[in-house]
Amino acid sequence: MDRMNRRKFMKVSGSAAAVAGVGIEGILAARRAPAYAQGTKLHLLRWNDFVPAADEVLAKQMPEASKALGAEVTLERINANDLQARITAAISSGSGPDIIHVLKNWPHLYEKSLADVSDVAEALGKAQGGFYPAMTDLCKVGSAWRAVPHAIVGGQIAYRKSLFEEVGAKEFPKTWQQYREVGKKLKAKGYPIGQTAGHTFGDAPVFWYSFMWAFGGKEVEKDGKTVALNSKETLESVKFAVGFWKEACDEGGLAWDDSNNNRAFLSGTISATINGASIYVESLRNKEKYKTEKGALMHTDILHAPNPAGPAGVFHLHAPFSHAVMGYSKNQKLAKDFLRWLHGKEQFEQWFVAQKGFSVGSTTDWEKHKMWEIDPVMLPYRTAARAFRLYGYAGPPGRAASEAESKYIITDMYAKAIQGMKPEDSVQWAESELKKIYA
Amino acid sequence: MSKSRSRVIAGGAGQAAEAARLAAFPREATMGTVARLLEDERVLGSLLLLPTVVLLGLFIAYPFVKGVWLSLTSATVGDAGQFVGLGNYVKIWNDSIFQRAAANTFVYTGLATIGKLALGMWLALLLNRHFRGKRLVRASMLLPFIVPTVLSTFAWKWMFDPTFSVLNWSLYHLGFIQTRIGWLTDPTMALGSVILVNIWRGMPFYAITLLAGLQTVNPELHEAAAIDGATGWQRFWRITWPLLLPVTMVVTLFSVIQTFADFQLVYVLTGGGPANATHLFATYAYQIGINTGLLGEGAAVSLAMFPMLFIIVVIQLWYIRRVEGA
Repeated sequence: MDRMNRRKFMKVSGSAAAVAGVGIEGILAARRAPAYAQGTKLHLLRWNDFVPAADEVLAKQMPEASKALGAEVTLERINANDLQARITAAISSGSGPDIIHVLKNWPHLYEKSLADVSDVAEALGKAQGGFYPAMTDLCKVGSAWRAVPHAIVGGQIAYRKSLFEEVGAKEFPKTWQQYREVGKKLKAKGYPIGQTAGHTFGDAPVFWYSFMWAFGGKEVEKDGKTVALNSKETLESVKFAVGFWKEACDEGGLAWDDSNNNRAFLSGTISATINGASIYVESLRNKEKYKTEKGALMHTDILHAPNPAGPAGVFHLHAPFSHAVMGYSKNQKLAKDFLRWLHGKEQFEQWFVAQKGFSVGSTTDWEKHKMWEIDPVMLPYRTAARAFRLYGYAGPPGRAASEAESKYIITDMYAKAIQGMKPEDSVQWAESELKKIYA
Repeated sequence: MSKSRSRVIAGGAGQAAEAARLAAFPREATMGTVARLLEDERVLGSLLLLPTVVLLGLFIAYPFVKGVWLSLTSATVGDAGQFVGLGNYVKIWNDSIFQRAAANTFVYTGLATIGKLALGMWLALLLNRHFRGKRLVRASMLLPFIVPTVLSTFAWKWMFDPTFSVLNWSLYHLGFIQTRIGWLTDPTMALGSVILVNIWRGMPFYAITLLAGLQTVNPELHEAAAIDGATGWQRFWRITWPLLLPVTMVVTLFSVIQTFADFQLVYVLTGGGPANATHLFATYAYQIGINTGLLGEGAAVSLAMFPMLFIIVVIQLWYIRRVEGA
């Protein structure tokens, strides 16, 4: 790899950002890196990535950024579950990391405490083919961008090719009804579909929101105020879920967290589950460790597919990731310069390639990257973000949507019915909870 | 009269000399004032109390008052919000998840406390006997209490795992069950499971404290009762239990407070699920305050346990005083 010097750093970040605003233009015109005060430090806080190789790329990029920026850039990684507690503490005390990795719709949640990064985000979007609409909706609050979209961990269904073929499914079911019928046969053979309906922040909302949307259910109307959950469509989805669960799913899923389906799949106890590509990535990383019941390497028996279609179509709630510059940071300009560089094509590409499709770009240009030609098993993730829909649909993904999601209202609506509550009652319960939230 | 006058004169001369000396040595003048102040018992007492007052103020009173204030505002993360009076309390009062969490907390605290007391007492009585390896057994008994809760709870999570539960595997292979038990999937079983883990973790605290209490009971009382023909149960009920009652009440008081405010065990095992079946005050407060960013409402959920806990504590303290006074 070429050594990075200050000039190259700014050139790269500048070209990536194209017309990145007055600041970067000035720097480029001067052909010098900005003169930050000696000893200036920039602290980046991110989650522990499911793909360690991508974290290694980032770790290598930090010294390069430090050298070129003339400021020490440090990377700290913590468990994703702990990010919100750190953010709350940092904002409350007015001190902490300069840039924080934000998930979900947190830019809306912490809007008042995040710096305006519109200049960076808009330039990056333009330079890379435009952000997916969902990423814009997540990071742009009102007229200002409160975070720069970074990547999307796509959710697709990982399934066992051989098991599906054994029950007569030559290709992955196209509709939920077909999926239920295939799942029934698979469960009868001892290989149910595995899905969580528990309180876990990733897979539970990813599955149940998408499921509800496929049947035409929605939380609120477009105005973001009128609760529209108690509809014929939602009720149908709940009734379907009860049957689907009993006939086709591993019923232990009520207590699963985000790692249970990975373990169950890799140990051969389930035949399919919605997931990021972490199951496949792990089976590739430890090829000899994971085998099918017939002794074949597990990774050779894994395929991915998008969600089946419901009466309303195919939808996905993916896991979006962005970078936010904190409002209390004294190094906001430096932080923005750093983000221009990190999200720029050259730097992002290294990280993107290391992800091998586990994370996809937040802009459409990355669908065209050559990386997608390497492994056909990962291909369904390439365009996964096109079907990306957000919490709080059909309203905006604001605080109320966040409250409903963090209280697991939608997940629990299905979980309660699965546990025996009348579907009508579970929908009514969820509707009353949403009404309190959106009041 | 003359005596006092001469004293005034002597005092006057002495004061002048002292003033001259202090003028020459100003530091000593200050020291003298400080020393004089410290001789006053009220001042000295207040000064000695000051560090404790500061510590209590900083780490107990301030967070508590801040919490109360937050619960009366619409504060969110990054926004101080506005005063909303009891608005947050009204909102959570009508919140079905809060109602469920409140009910769960009472069931959790009640059953776990009874379980810990019963098993802790039983264990203490056993360990109070003489047998080989007694010290080793006593030390190992403390392990659940010593191991960090998060770590031991993860071990239990594995044991309750819906797919790979070692408990289910063992019960199945021993022929006790035909289908797996949903330790954490069935709502009632899930609450029962978290109570079980709490009992396992808290029992050693009861056992070791009650054991210490048992060792203060004079063996001659038991010998005398035995000679009079008292059965084992009668000796326990008429001698051991009354003498242990003050210790038992204190241990129970601590345990109730800790159990009522428990967080990490449920957070790790179930996250409050399935469908809120195991939510407690603390886990729900965290969900509202941290995950949703509604600090005011989260503080209200958290403080809602205060009046209930306060009543329990007052009753227990009153009972302890009554027992000790009797």
